[in-house]
Amino acid sequence: MTASEPTASGYNFAYLDEQTKRMIRRGLLKAVAIPGYQVPFGGREMPMPYGWGTGGMQLTASVLGQDDVLKVIDQGADDTTNAVSIRAFFERVAGVTTTTATGEADVIQTRHRIPEQPLRQGQILVFQVPIPEPLRFIEPSEEETRLMHALEEYGVMHVKLYEDIARHGHIATTYAYPVKVDGRYVTDPSPIPKFDNPKLHMSEALMLFGAGREKRLYAIPPYTRVESLDFEDHPFEVQEWDAPCALCGARDTFLDEVITDDRGGRMFVCSDTDYCQSRTEEVA
Amino acid sequence: MYVAVKGGEQAIANAHRWLADRRRGERETPELGVAQVEQQLRLAVSRVMAEASLYDPELAALAIKQASGDMVEAVFLLRAYRTTLPRLAETLPLDTSAMRIERRISATYKDIPGGQVLGPTYDYTHRLLDFLQLANAEVEAPAAAEEPLADCPQVLELLDAEGVIEREEDDGAEPYDITRDPPDFPVDRATRLQMLARGDEGYLLALGYSTQRGYGRNHPFAGEIRLGTVEVEIAVDEHESPICIGEIEISECQMINQFGGSRETAPQFTRGYGLAFGHNERKTMAMALVDRALRAEELGETASGPAQQAEFVLAHADSVEAAGFVSHLKLPHYVDFQSELELLRRLRREHAQRAEAAGPKTRSDDSSVPVTGADTDACHTTPSDPVKEQQA
Repeated sequence: MTASEPTASGYNFAYLDEQTKRMIRRGLLKAVAIPGYQVPFGGREMPMPYGWGTGGMQLTASVLGQDDVLKVIDQGADDTTNAVSIRAFFERVAGVTTTTATGEADVIQTRHRIPEQPLRQGQILVFQVPIPEPLRFIEPSEEETRLMHALEEYGVMHVKLYEDIARHGHIATTYAYPVKVDGRYVTDPSPIPKFDNPKLHMSEALMLFGAGREKRLYAIPPYTRVESLDFEDHPFEVQEWDAPCALCGARDTFLDEVITDDRGGRMFVCSDTDYCQSRTEEVA
Repeated sequence: MYVAVKGGEQAIANAHRWLADRRRGERETPELGVAQVEQQLRLAVSRVMAEASLYDPELAALAIKQASGDMVEAVFLLRAYRTTLPRLAETLPLDTSAMRIERRISATYKDIPGGQVLGPTYDYTHRLLDFLQLANAEVEAPAAAEEPLADCPQVLELLDAEGVIEREEDDGAEPYDITRDPPDFPVDRATRLQMLARGDEGYLLALGYSTQRGYGRNHPFAGEIRLGTVEVEIAVDEHESPICIGEIEISECQMINQFGGSRETAPQFTRGYGLAFGHNERKTMAMALVDRALRAEELGETASGPAQQAEFVLAHADSVEAAGFVSHLKLPHYVDFQSELELLRRLRREHAQRAEAAGPKTRSDDSSVPVTGADTDACHTTPSDPVKEQQA
């Protein structure tokens, strides 16, 4: 990661100056050393709006090398407008090779999904995070939540999940489902569907999380224990669909619902476009 | 047959092209020059510079032009540029007592040393549309005094000499830089002032106003408001005295507020402070009100109003952050929505089964609602999950 040659666009490689990238990488080292702990960092303004992936972009910019291959997905898809926009940004300011193939990517920046194809050692998955604090909607004050993490005071989170069960008979959290990392920090896995939570556990790849507006970053290093919070009598479970993917026939993927007409017609297809496409091509 | 939609790239390019066309408007109207914006929309330029934390009237004017006059967008453009600039030096603290005054008023004394100077203000204009400006009427040059303005000592310093107002002391602490370091609540007053100085004017105005209406009242008087230019100086190693690198225009407001004091310390007026680049009088007044409100804890007051809750006030003051996070709701949320939908359908199925099992007697009158679609039943229960409602 010594790339510092300016690109044609007149900006430093990957937009951020080297000092800033270094500051972020220092933060990342701390994050890796304390899995699940939110490290404050001096987040910079990016030329994209807050809430659109500025945290993820700063992390990607900091770890990206000139020979790395980058993949960007949003909702699992490579072709959603914001994924297209972020990919185009790094093509422009870093001149790196991009791909849509999960297996070929060194760095994958994602919003709201983890690819279906298992990640391998050496890959980095960068998550865009809106609200990094899993306790935020229980306790709005940062001063308080920091103390709660320090004292491992996580009872309120279980109370919240229990209240869901009392009211609905189920835990009503379907995405951004809280996890406990390495048996210590309760962590927000970003708004991925809880379907993806099991992929965090003992992942071969390094998982980095960046929240630009909130100026926090955190990490789940490879081969780290990640448990989704639950109860003995209400164990954690993931979503299931009645039908397979209408395009590739997969039964074990997260499916998007597509409305096909105005008479109630709908079909379900993989949200991971690359996975779906590669399966369709295999069959053909 | 459903085919995944491709072509986001082309759509984005076309949107940008259309946007540029809209920005330009009808071609027979002359194009707006950046110099025109800088000279003739100077209060807009001031606001953009203040909230972007970058003093550069020309680039602020460019941002306003490029943003088609959307101030929040213009602030964002200038901020994004600012963040790429290298830091060459740190300036010495500005000396606002040495300001070349354009406007300077006090609401606490009729006459003050140096005098009240109205300057270029809208204050006493009658808000009648000036139709002559439709025809670009000539404007006469301003009247100029024969002598330059005498020194204008700060009004609050006069009170300070008597000891009736709390003294501001420089504790010598290295200031925290909110553009380089993440906020670490609770933050000290200097950091709070930095955050307020780049905070959204409308937001601060509403919060300041709320203190006047009783939500954290602090009995303010406009001790002094001054607008003008000050010299910016840096210390250079080879030189003994600091070197002036230029002048900037700033606005400053010093509020005098009701007293604090205790058995040990004599009662004194307290202060609220506002400062901003350019001509930003309303902003600095609102800032001073909110600064004073945020000192509640320090001054031993009960924090009862929203303007006194430091984390709440400061974490939501930044228009670039706020606009970004609100606008991100436009991004796709298919996956999360699908997850919610799946749960909601399951809960409704279970609800219907329970209603079925309970028999027709206890069925809610929901059953009279016409049922359409395979998965819909007619119950009205919605899983209310404040966590997820607020999250992206």
